[in-house]
Amino acid sequence: MRDPELHEPFHDLARQRETDRFGMWLFLASEIMLFGGIFAASIGLRVVHPRAYVAASQALHLWLGTANTAVLLTSSLLVALAVEAAKSGRPKRVAWLFIGAALLGLAFAAIKGTEYWLEYREGLMPGLSDAAIESGAQRLFMDLYFVSTGLHAVHLTIGVVLLLTLAARALADKLEGMTASNVALYWHLVDIVWIFLFPTLYLARPA
Amino acid sequence: MRDPQPLSYLDAGHTLKSWFLTTDHKRIAILYLFGITFFFAVGAVAAALIRLDLLTPAPDLLTNEGYNRAFSLHGIVMVWFFLIPSIPNTFGNFLIPLMIGARDLAFPRLNLASWYIYMVAGLITLFVVISGGVDTGWTFYTPLSSVYANGHVVAALTAVLVSGFSSILTGINFIATIHKLRAPGMTWGRLPLFIWSHYATSLILVLATPVLAITLLLVAAERVLGLGIFDPRLGGDPILFQNLFWFYSHPAVYIMILPAIGVVSELVTASAHKRIFGYWFVAYCSLAIAGIGFLVWGHHMFVAGQSIYASAMFSFLSVAVAVPSAIKVYNWTATLYKGSISWDAPMLFACGFIGLFVAGGLTGLMLAMLAIDVHVTDTYFVVAHFHYIMVGGAVTAFFGALHFWWPKITGRLYPEAWGRVAAVLIFVGFNFTFFPQFMLGYEGMPRRYHVYPPEFQVLNVMSSLGASVLAVGYLLPLGYLIWSLFSGARAPANPWGATGLEWTTSSPPPPHNFVTQPIVTRPAYDYPPLSNEG
Repeated sequence: MRDPELHEPFHDLARQRETDRFGMWLFLASEIMLFGGIFAASIGLRVVHPRAYVAASQALHLWLGTANTAVLLTSSLLVALAVEAAKSGRPKRVAWLFIGAALLGLAFAAIKGTEYWLEYREGLMPGLSDAAIESGAQRLFMDLYFVSTGLHAVHLTIGVVLLLTLAARALADKLEGMTASNVALYWHLVDIVWIFLFPTLYLARPA
Repeated sequence: MRDPQPLSYLDAGHTLKSWFLTTDHKRIAILYLFGITFFFAVGAVAAALIRLDLLTPAPDLLTNEGYNRAFSLHGIVMVWFFLIPSIPNTFGNFLIPLMIGARDLAFPRLNLASWYIYMVAGLITLFVVISGGVDTGWTFYTPLSSVYANGHVVAALTAVLVSGFSSILTGINFIATIHKLRAPGMTWGRLPLFIWSHYATSLILVLATPVLAITLLLVAAERVLGLGIFDPRLGGDPILFQNLFWFYSHPAVYIMILPAIGVVSELVTASAHKRIFGYWFVAYCSLAIAGIGFLVWGHHMFVAGQSIYASAMFSFLSVAVAVPSAIKVYNWTATLYKGSISWDAPMLFACGFIGLFVAGGLTGLMLAMLAIDVHVTDTYFVVAHFHYIMVGGAVTAFFGALHFWWPKITGRLYPEAWGRVAAVLIFVGFNFTFFPQFMLGYEGMPRRYHVYPPEFQVLNVMSSLGASVLAVGYLLPLGYLIWSLFSGARAPANPWGATGLEWTTSSPPPPHNFVTQPIVTRPAYDYPPLSNEG
């Protein structure tokens, strides 16, 4: 009698879906506050050391960062298309779009890793190789850079795992629409955090 | 009785598995009750060591290092492993679905996960205790915590960080449940005030806790990897740590007191058998306290070198947050006016709460004044103030809730006379312990020292003696409540003649709370309750 998708404590499916979606938004709100602490730290750093912050920003690889922005935005597009495909009941298409987005996520991680490698070689990595770090403030900037992009990368990795899991479920035609759009919301969070990290770190340089 | 007596949630399974893998919010509440009782005992042992050591001006019981570790442990355990989860995770967990007419919280498995996360955090804390503790204080100020402190600071930071995820999940669960699972007819204007205050609490849990998480993560990274965000030697900013820490930790005070305020609204109306005076004022004041509470953190930093303009704004906002708190006190008092009051233990606890909350609140106003605060910063005046709010307020309300809902939770009545004795002992013992600390602080005794000039000894001895009375007051309920589990009289569905959906179902409630879906047709606190409610 009961719909297999319906579970305790709900009486009807529409209400259950609304609640799942609502819970996801609340979780994302807490994620925003988590990264909010990082952004507060970067504002603090920039207020205390305005010149050094801008100078330190110039050492980052702007073009790799820009490429990564494009990669991540594209992956978000695929995820958005996948949600639409799930609504119109096309599980194969959903699966391939999710796989595409996950691959772009991995591409992002590869480019980010390349950047880290270059920064290590150039002596910009505090603690491990810091020959090129000229001032305390530049070191703080690089600390902030590694912590914030590292935390973002952790979120990205979780997102890739989720996307691949959903793709597998979609291929077996066992994917619930609300799960797909909730994971999509999470992926957009990964995206939007980057959209704020990119100008905060890379674009702080003089024009 | 037309319905056959439904099976209670306690009879729904007796195996360990039926408890540790349960998704029933009522059972998870019991699991939490065991957890927080244990940690309350751990924190209390540390407090006992502190008070024993302070009996004499000389450092005789503990070493300097040992004393630092004792008060750090006391603070960390009491704040994160007792006070923050105390009322929300036990009574909130148990009562929110019952009060709004739902079968469970919106995300039952998440609720269980939240308990496991809390317990993992608790085990890490126990590891810290056993391996010798930390000496940073509960505030983890940098650069002490990041560079100089000894002990397992990283493990302690991890424990608090992990417990934060438990808070966040609980907050999400409560908000989603209150929005989406109210019974037919249970409009926002008919919600019990307990629900409103838990709603406000949950907003803080979800929005403030992640800031603590990232802050502690940065401190841990600073200690392990040598990151410099808070390190002045590299041009980092230790004051930034204080800003981030208090951005969470001041709202955290409201995480502790808002649920207590919700409890007291229930106890006062049920004891006066009267509708709350100014329902909407009390409801919106919870939200106002949560909202303004986010904007007052700088009053912890009046002497930390922040700009005088910032200090003035924070001072003003801290005074402003007293307004909704005071409105609540007036409304409780007005509710009692011309009520037919029964002076049972829950009412005594509620009255104790109101008195201590007013004393804590008024001294909070003094501390919000820049000039007074500079004089008493880091003295026992501050210690006394926040113990009036957290212990006098939150813990008294916790015991009030424990007595009021004990028949509902366990199906047994506790011995009323003993309950009244405990309520009076706790009130007297509390004042005896902490009022002398106001005087000590005003005369200049700094906090966190265990060696003090001999002229402070009389007040310190009073405080320590009061603490032993308080300890008896806390231990007494442990005895007679456990006794009542085996020998107490069976509780009827509504022993207090109270309104509220939780009193319409049997005591203890069936696994899915209600035999038939309740439909709400009347406002909250519509006294007297209908006959079928009692």
